[in-house]
Amino acid sequence: MNLANKDILGTEQLSREEIEGILDTAVSFKEVSTRQIKKVPTLRGRTIINLFFEASTRTRTSFEIAGKRLSADVINISASTSSTVKGESLLDTAYNLEAMNPDILIVRHSISGVPHMIARHIKCPVINAGDGAHEHPTQALLDLLTIRQHTKQLAGLKVAIVGDIAHSRVARSNIHAMLKCGMEVTVVGPPTMIPVGMECLGVKVLHNLEEAISQVDVVMMLRIQLERQNEGLFPSFREYSNQFCLTADKLKHGRKDMLIMHPGPVNRGIEIALDVMEGPHSVILDQVNNGVALRMALMYLLLGGGSETDH
Amino acid sequence: MKLIIKNGRVIDPANNIDGEYDVVIDKGLIQAVTPAGKAKDDSSAKVIDAKDCIVAPGFLDMHVHFREPGFEYKETIESGCESAAAGGFTTVAMMPNTNPVNDNRSVTELMISRAKAHGKVKALAIGAITKGLKGETLSDMGDLKEAGVIAFSDDGRPVMNNQVMRRALEYSRMFDLPLIQHSEILDLTAGGCMNEGPISTELGLKGMPTEAEDIMVYRDIALLEKTGGRLHVAHISSGESVELVRRAKAKGLAVTCEVAPHHFILTDASVRGYDTNTKMSPPLRAQSDIDAIKEGLKDGTIDIIATDHAPHDLVDKQADYHSACFGIVGLETALPLSLRLVEEKILTLPQLIEKLTSRPAEIFKLDSGTLGAGKLADVVIFDPSQEYKVEASKFKSKSKNSPFDGWSVKGRVLHTISNGKLIYSN
Repeated sequence: MNLANKDILGTEQLSREEIEGILDTAVSFKEVSTRQIKKVPTLRGRTIINLFFEASTRTRTSFEIAGKRLSADVINISASTSSTVKGESLLDTAYNLEAMNPDILIVRHSISGVPHMIARHIKCPVINAGDGAHEHPTQALLDLLTIRQHTKQLAGLKVAIVGDIAHSRVARSNIHAMLKCGMEVTVVGPPTMIPVGMECLGVKVLHNLEEAISQVDVVMMLRIQLERQNEGLFPSFREYSNQFCLTADKLKHGRKDMLIMHPGPVNRGIEIALDVMEGPHSVILDQVNNGVALRMALMYLLLGGGSETDH
Repeated sequence: MKLIIKNGRVIDPANNIDGEYDVVIDKGLIQAVTPAGKAKDDSSAKVIDAKDCIVAPGFLDMHVHFREPGFEYKETIESGCESAAAGGFTTVAMMPNTNPVNDNRSVTELMISRAKAHGKVKALAIGAITKGLKGETLSDMGDLKEAGVIAFSDDGRPVMNNQVMRRALEYSRMFDLPLIQHSEILDLTAGGCMNEGPISTELGLKGMPTEAEDIMVYRDIALLEKTGGRLHVAHISSGESVELVRRAKAKGLAVTCEVAPHHFILTDASVRGYDTNTKMSPPLRAQSDIDAIKEGLKDGTIDIIATDHAPHDLVDKQADYHSACFGIVGLETALPLSLRLVEEKILTLPQLIEKLTSRPAEIFKLDSGTLGAGKLADVVIFDPSQEYKVEASKFKSKSKNSPFDGWSVKGRVLHTISNGKLIYSN
């Protein structure tokens, strides 16, 4: 399979065929991580740069492991060590990195649109590892991979995404990808966290978690960022939890084979109860596990995976 | 030098003139506007053939940022005046958000003397409403008026404090100068960089809702009703604000307003792709706002067109969308963009020219914007049907930040005449 664009900036630009092709490719890479020697020579001699302007543990590590298992040389740059703290502009940083001939640049930034701006100015493929409240395409794709692993098919499934939708790039990327795959999406949260015009993206909006649970096959809980309380988006964590924490009690309203997801990192006891997080419905660690295979698949596809290789 | 402009269609809304006339200019003044062919031949006169062209009073732009003093790397009064001339403007009013702020006589005098030294365009100064644009203490309005300012504004920032705005409206009555408000309730727009709506939700950018504009327009009108004074609403962008101004005018209040061309041409959908040249304040709005603005232009609620010419260097625009500066270069695309209103039959050509000439002159009490005999000879000659591509790199402005770069447009300025002198020819 070949991808239509040189970059992976968002699920909005991916077609259903591309999404399915990426997921299928990811499945074939899962086995590599179960080997004793977890390495294939597919991207030997290739250089992948993780350029993270915003803190990340899970995503950065996942990209790094994915690259290394494909034998690529992976370099990590975080904002605190890069020249951006010396006042170098974003684009200058990108130009300088490009001058060292990387094969893929992976970019995370706290402001929406930054990976797009970088991608417009450099020739090397860019993967968006999360931009502001806009998109986080690899997270959405690994979420779909995880759902498909448990339900066999995606079309027709109903999903609730719960929490701070306004500030969530995970929500937006999942909405685009899920709708393309024929799923139905409901976003759930207090009206202060549902942005204006949300319905225009093609989703249903609810403000009651129990009601949502009774209607869906999958519940995806989002992290509540601690600083949002200061912005007045909800009165207190206690109040938020009363309304929106996913507890065993609230889960009683849902189907027995419900899937519970969370992109992490989790605020235990605020958006999800500990017993639910570790309970039988939870596929949270499958998501993390699938992240590596999914990112291996994307790197492989971006660097000419259309041709036969020896993974 | 004597100038005769022949064969053109002369439109002078102030004198209800629209037809084939010759314009005779001498000693820097309009000598006569005579029926075509009636101008006496004079071998000493330079003749400009304006066949197929419109001959109108030079345009007035009551809202420009020329960045001097303080930000000369973006624009200077000289480069701004060159940009104005290229756009057909012979009078502009410079906003006071310079560094230092134009809140005192010495800055006003500097700005005016720089403009006079360059001499091509009449660049007038607008003084700050409050010292340092801080919204706290009124500037010395009387002294500023004496130094030459023609209005007061904290543009770029609104006067947030209700009591301060009330006092400003009251106090400014002594000088009979309008207050120009940049209407924006800042706590509703904090961190925002585009219109709030489905597109900001899609793009994950913080929105600036139209209510932030509406609430302040309403507040100012409510204050004005009691205080008297004159209020001019800058760069109106929200449909509801247009309606608020319409109702205030119906009550007979001294409210006027302006719109910038980008606010009736582009919607917030242009922000897709994160081009920072689509970032301005107020932001590009929805189609329904554009529809309301066009209605307001048509029924006269919106008095004038002003560009909010806001040049920014590449350094300030080649940044992430959130950090990039607000604003675009306006003077050199104003005419072709505004002519779209005529093509869409929102305005007639004389109505459009009125909003660029006699109406702003009337609001700001300036002795210009007309071709009346004896007036200063400020004239623009443009071909309304000439098609071309906008090339931002060729702007006379020091900055090239324009979302219209590469657009195919219609309507080109061929000559700009100021005080009887040809200051620009294309």
